[in-house]
Amino acid sequence: MTNAMELYQMLPKTNCKKCGKTSCMAFAVALMARELTAEDCPPLKEESKYKESYEKISGLFKQSEGATETGLIVHEDLCFGCGNCVVACPPNVANDPYGVGSGNAPTNVNKLVLVIEDGIVKAQNLGECRRFGKNKILCNGCIVTCPVEAIEFV
Amino acid sequence: MEKNYYVCTGCGMLCDDIEVESEKNIVNKVYTACRVGVAHMKEGKESAAFRIDNKPVDEATAISEAAAILKNAKNPLIFGLGTSTNETQKLAIELAKKASATLDDTSSFCLGRVVEALLHNRFKVCTLDDVRNKADVTIFWGADPSDSHPRHLSKHSYFPRGTEKQRGWEEERTAIAIDVRKSHTAKICGNHFFQIPPGGDAEFIDALIAALAGKLPKTSYNFPPKRILELANILKGAKFGVVFVGLGLIYSLENIEPLVRLMDALNGKANFHLIPMVGHYNMRGFNETLFEETGYVNSVKFEDGTVKHGPEYSIVESLKAKTVDAALIIGSDPLSSLPRSVSKNLLEIPVISMDPCETLTSRNAKVYINTAISGVESGGSATRMDGVKVNFKPVVETTRLSDEAVLKKIMEAL
Repeated sequence: MTNAMELYQMLPKTNCKKCGKTSCMAFAVALMARELTAEDCPPLKEESKYKESYEKISGLFKQSEGATETGLIVHEDLCFGCGNCVVACPPNVANDPYGVGSGNAPTNVNKLVLVIEDGIVKAQNLGECRRFGKNKILCNGCIVTCPVEAIEFV
Repeated sequence: MEKNYYVCTGCGMLCDDIEVESEKNIVNKVYTACRVGVAHMKEGKESAAFRIDNKPVDEATAISEAAAILKNAKNPLIFGLGTSTNETQKLAIELAKKASATLDDTSSFCLGRVVEALLHNRFKVCTLDDVRNKADVTIFWGADPSDSHPRHLSKHSYFPRGTEKQRGWEEERTAIAIDVRKSHTAKICGNHFFQIPPGGDAEFIDALIAALAGKLPKTSYNFPPKRILELANILKGAKFGVVFVGLGLIYSLENIEPLVRLMDALNGKANFHLIPMVGHYNMRGFNETLFEETGYVNSVKFEDGTVKHGPEYSIVESLKAKTVDAALIIGSDPLSSLPRSVSKNLLEIPVISMDPCETLTSRNAKVYINTAISGVESGGSATRMDGVKVNFKPVVETTRLSDEAVLKKIMEAL
């Protein structure tokens, strides 16, 4: 994924303030935080010389449209349901140590973040995910354990 | 609330914690199982089919034709049974005795040699539950469980917290992959992946034994000695080690002596166990049942109350030499899985195919009997890859006969 500086390079850099932000850099940061979209920059959207940049920025964010609140995306076509992420996920282990934490079927699915349904991992209860909330951290337990890179954070 | 768990018979792991939602005998949702298991569970839908020469017939005609083929044959071959229950396998052995047949299963060109050595107590063994609770070093040699047994790492061998391994995989377990390619399992093993050239396993074993003894490990393909010494050091420190032996290792060895030497050397320094990575859900069951009955794990020929054993009675050799004159194939597809030069001889003899799925073998068979999927549409018991017996019940009902019922009917007709 990209960063705010890269996004800024693609913007008009005129600081026209039409988007409501004080500068193009501020707009780039807002883009990155998903507060605004490329649509909110009128020159970028309307002027033909920025067409290429507009399409590029829209394309960058397209894949994250389906992302959950924590930015977690499951590529369902890649996942084969091995359950490594389910067993390795720290909140899962904490909430169900004798079920999924021990490699077995979940004893109570209501508190789990990741579960396997029909052979594909499903994300739920994202309030429990360690990437969410006030004390969020960049946990990557489900990514490093996936053999096929089916889980991604954006 | 007590949950109703089913056993998945999709592979040799026999996961026993599968939840299923079904309605009107159709499986709608499967929980906890991997994609292999889900596909397996959802497979059952057809109604019974019996065919002779690819034309539909009724049950009685198909059974009597099958019995006639076995009766007229001097040396029929009974093959398959890797996806049949222990009860079916016992029946098949009875049938083989009655018909003076050659009896073999896929293990003759698969992991049979390892299971045989296991049953002769040449290796120290443990169960998959021991692995989960105690193992600190696991080696996947010539095996890629991420693809062949998807839940292997998450249910038993690497990720779960066990009774004596509470801190989990990050701190208390080391997974090592030794393979010819960077498989999905090797990816998870990260730096503990040792890539060797195809056929280089025996030399790597000898080098590893040398490294365990503190000598300089040498290989003809110049594998960095430092890395082998590193590996030896990890293995020496294992309190409860497990070697998962896959087909990649077995196909590369001419006999299993190097593996026996390695296990002895490992057990001289540490504590190591061996589990074969059995693919078909009950191949090990067949090996054990036949071993109890005859003292051999596969490739036997029953004749006048005696048992003969040897490679010449395996499916490959007997088809090559054309010594068999009919075949009863149960839940297997040798026309697809064996080399064409061998399997084409099957086309010259009458074949009875019993299979829940339509396969290349069933399409070219004289008699085809569509059976129930055991574990989904019929129950029974099976032996897991580590030798633990697992009982299971059917998930849905079907009009299709189980292979056990079909074998019983053929026996009666004989």
